[in-house]
Amino acid sequence: MTASEREVTDADATDSLLRTEGLTKRFGGLVAVDDVNLNIDRGEIRCLIGPNGAGKSTLLKLLVGQLTPSEGTIHYDGTDITAFSQHERARSGLSMKFQVPAVYGDLSVRQNVHIPLQRSVDRGRIGAAIDETLADFGLLDAAETRATDLSHGQQQWLEIAMAAALDPDLLLLDEPAAGMSVRETERTAEYVHRLNEERDMTLLVIEHDIDFVRSIAQSVTVLHQGKVFAEGTIEDIENDPEVRRIYLGEVRE
Amino acid sequence: MGGETTTTVDHSAPDGTLSRLRSRLEGPNTLGEGRAFWLGFTALLGLLLVYPLFRSSYYVSNTAYLLVSAFLGLSLCLVWGYTGIFSFGQVAFYGIAGYTFGIVSINVTGPVGTVVGLVVAVAVAGAFAFLVGYFMFYGGVSDVYVAIITLAVTLVLNTFMGQTAGEAWAVGAARLGGFNGMTEIPSLALGVGDTAITITDAAFYYFVVGTLLVTYLGLRVLVNSDIGYVMVGIRENQDRTELFGYNTQKVKLGVFTFGGVLAGFGGVVYASWGNYIDPSVFGITFAALPIIWVATGGRKWLGGAIIGTFAVTFVSQKLSVFGGQYSLVILGALLLFVILVLPEGFVPQLARRLPGGDES
Repeated sequence: MTASEREVTDADATDSLLRTEGLTKRFGGLVAVDDVNLNIDRGEIRCLIGPNGAGKSTLLKLLVGQLTPSEGTIHYDGTDITAFSQHERARSGLSMKFQVPAVYGDLSVRQNVHIPLQRSVDRGRIGAAIDETLADFGLLDAAETRATDLSHGQQQWLEIAMAAALDPDLLLLDEPAAGMSVRETERTAEYVHRLNEERDMTLLVIEHDIDFVRSIAQSVTVLHQGKVFAEGTIEDIENDPEVRRIYLGEVRE
Repeated sequence: MGGETTTTVDHSAPDGTLSRLRSRLEGPNTLGEGRAFWLGFTALLGLLLVYPLFRSSYYVSNTAYLLVSAFLGLSLCLVWGYTGIFSFGQVAFYGIAGYTFGIVSINVTGPVGTVVGLVVAVAVAGAFAFLVGYFMFYGGVSDVYVAIITLAVTLVLNTFMGQTAGEAWAVGAARLGGFNGMTEIPSLALGVGDTAITITDAAFYYFVVGTLLVTYLGLRVLVNSDIGYVMVGIRENQDRTELFGYNTQKVKLGVFTFGGVLAGFGGVVYASWGNYIDPSVFGITFAALPIIWVATGGRKWLGGAIIGTFAVTFVSQKLSVFGGQYSLVILGALLLFVILVLPEGFVPQLARRLPGGDES
């Protein structure tokens, strides 16, 4: 037991990639995110679940800087990034896929990927790099298609491909499998695993589909009314009677 | 088949200076590429160059005037078409530069004065655009209000310049002149003392064609560069682009300032062309024209902006001869037609129908 305890301490000291302390966001009288202390270790896939209105998307927006916290701090890779602007956070290694696919609708799939990819790839190599990225996400055949003409699932994958093109250390995915068929959801899970294993990305994923969560998550954080309600492995969470009552039970009915 | 082989050879010679240059001029952010386009482009340029040999100086001067407007069209194309900043006030920078050029070149006499005037005027227009842009983009003004603010700034200038009729309103020897405008603005001249060449008539025409050519090619390089992709990204979705690590406010401010410089250059050349400028350049009618030009031609494409500006200005000149007051009504109807039926403008439509055009 001592050995595993020491492991935990070591992990806290060296492997924490993202840590929030007392993170709070109020909108007038509503406390959307309430004193959240979240710690995400390098290399993990964390799922963030909770009923609608639990504050999941607000939390993600606080992390990427689209919203300013009312209180609390965000530490990323040892640096306090609370005061960083959105593009500064992106440059320090944070990337995000929006809840509603935010692709560049009027541009071709190729141009879509070009925009984030040119940050890390030289002009001379970018054509090949775009092809690689598109092939990774099964979009090579659609390279010249306008993004708005893609299916909903393809748009989700395109935006994941774009967010991953920055080669971030931490990738935030807001409902990557929303509105997808069972087969598409399986493919999305495969992409998440590959980003984690082959490209060493840490992922924080908001998702409602509990089967999808089960297929990707190493650990789960449950948010309820803006607070962290429970945290642990997927088994812990699924067997927690309180969690079942507030969330999972509702979904399964 | 022989033609195809030649094309292949061209593409597989990335070391050639010509093909390297061409690769910087071409990309998905501009229309027209490949051998056929550049041959046509060269032919058109040749036509423009020999044009003064065959027409009277009146036509040459008028064509030069039509081309001068293209600087204004291009500046709006860059700001609105590429970056999505719907500016109703590009004419403000055009007018400010025109007036500044007049003030400087009337006071600093001789050819040097006009060159200094050109530089100062363009710098003032750029600085003013920077100031307006800074308050808009860093002041958290939403996109809708950008049009209103830029138009308001323009109309305030219109009112202000309109009341500068008295003798008190003079900067040195330059009388602002109220609604009657500022007269006796010298023509641009290059060189020193007796060797200076005053740019009028055919020289003015060639000056405009030359600077417009350089501007067009330079802008093609710009919009196909990394910055160009960021501009288009901002137009399509600013939040998304910001989260890719781009400082979108800074890029918008930079583009808006550069748009002011470009419009300002047009204003200087315009004031030099007519030796005159008046507050109507800040009027609501003139402020609306660049939007009609650029929307008609195709706001998202540099070529569309130039062709739209030239064609609409040409047609409205003809209309004002035959139709008098109805000219503006017809232009308004044209704008409505374009917005409803051809939201992308005429030029991309035509480009798609040309042989070898992009069918997508």
